[in-house]
Amino acid sequence: MEHLLDLTTALSLLLLVLVLASLRRAHIRVEYSVSWLVAAAALLFLSRSPGVLRVIGGLLGISNPPLAMLMISGGVFLLIFFRFSVIVSHLRDDNIALAQRVAILEFHIQSFRNHGN
Amino acid sequence: MIRPKGPGSLLVIVPALNEEGAIAGVIRAINSSVPGVPVLVIDDGSVDGTVFQARAAGAEVLSLPHHLGLGGSVQAGYKLAYELGFDYVIRIDGDGQHDARDIPRVLEKLMTSGCEMVIGSRFVFHHGCGTSAARSAGINLFRLVLRPILGKTVHDPTSGFVGVNRRALDVFGRSFPLEYPEIEALVVLQRRRFRFEEIPCKMRPRTTGRSSITPLKSFYYLTHVLLGVFVNVLKYDGRRRVPPDGPGG
Repeated sequence: MEHLLDLTTALSLLLLVLVLASLRRAHIRVEYSVSWLVAAAALLFLSRSPGVLRVIGGLLGISNPPLAMLMISGGVFLLIFFRFSVIVSHLRDDNIALAQRVAILEFHIQSFRNHGN
Repeated sequence: MIRPKGPGSLLVIVPALNEEGAIAGVIRAINSSVPGVPVLVIDDGSVDGTVFQARAAGAEVLSLPHHLGLGGSVQAGYKLAYELGFDYVIRIDGDGQHDARDIPRVLEKLMTSGCEMVIGSRFVFHHGCGTSAARSAGINLFRLVLRPILGKTVHDPTSGFVGVNRRALDVFGRSFPLEYPEIEALVVLQRRRFRFEEIPCKMRPRTTGRSSITPLKSFYYLTHVLLGVFVNVLKYDGRRRVPPDGPGG
């Protein structure tokens, strides 16, 4: 199970590099990268701090630090996914309202053109 | 250029997606049933000749820049009708399954009853085209779920043959379900204490094209609609950030 902590360290580093590279290439906006950067940094810290993990695991009723790491990672990613679902829902609403507005404005423009001819 | 002609003005809207085989016939049937009433086809991103056929048959076309789904299309039509000042809008499907000869009766009911929505129902007197056992079971389930919410039985909650007045247009312009809108729209109306009536209408089998309904889609539809109904029952206005003319989901 100790390998799990090492694996989490490696994945956290990979995530950090991936997000920073994406930021550099403007593939992700800064405001949407913060969640991932904070999550990656937190998981990196926890995976290298068995003492802290033991304390948190004790609070959660989990005696095994790697298992506590797994639970915390799952919880963090669930929260991030939920946050992005909310963002996507708002974007979808805005996108639909904009598409409808564009269609209606084009309709009015076409009507005025036809009326003018 | 479509414009309302005085009080009691009616606009017929026809949401359509790839209906080039049926749309001209639908428009001709509407023109024959209610002469002089403007017809607006809302094209939801068709890749066939739907727009050409609709214009050739004499309809105006509202072309959406990309595919929005049925609810998004219908809401766009409602918004335009409200902006132009129409008092009544009747929606009829573009696949030719609804009988346009029923439009005058839907309009009359809208005008005389004062209710906000009139549904052309296949099941008020238990007639209509043959409905599969699975679909009937689904409709019965929706009736059971909706009965306590609406306070009355709705015989055909999935009917797409619907007439609304200006008060409903105002509400639907701001809040309208985007996918599978028929059932959730009833709950949206109920939240505003609006009323609806049903009148018996005929429905024909599809003459062109193919229905896209599969068992998996039916299951998704059932789950989506039931969830949407309960969400609409739970939420109240102002809980969500909604742009002034945004969709309400």
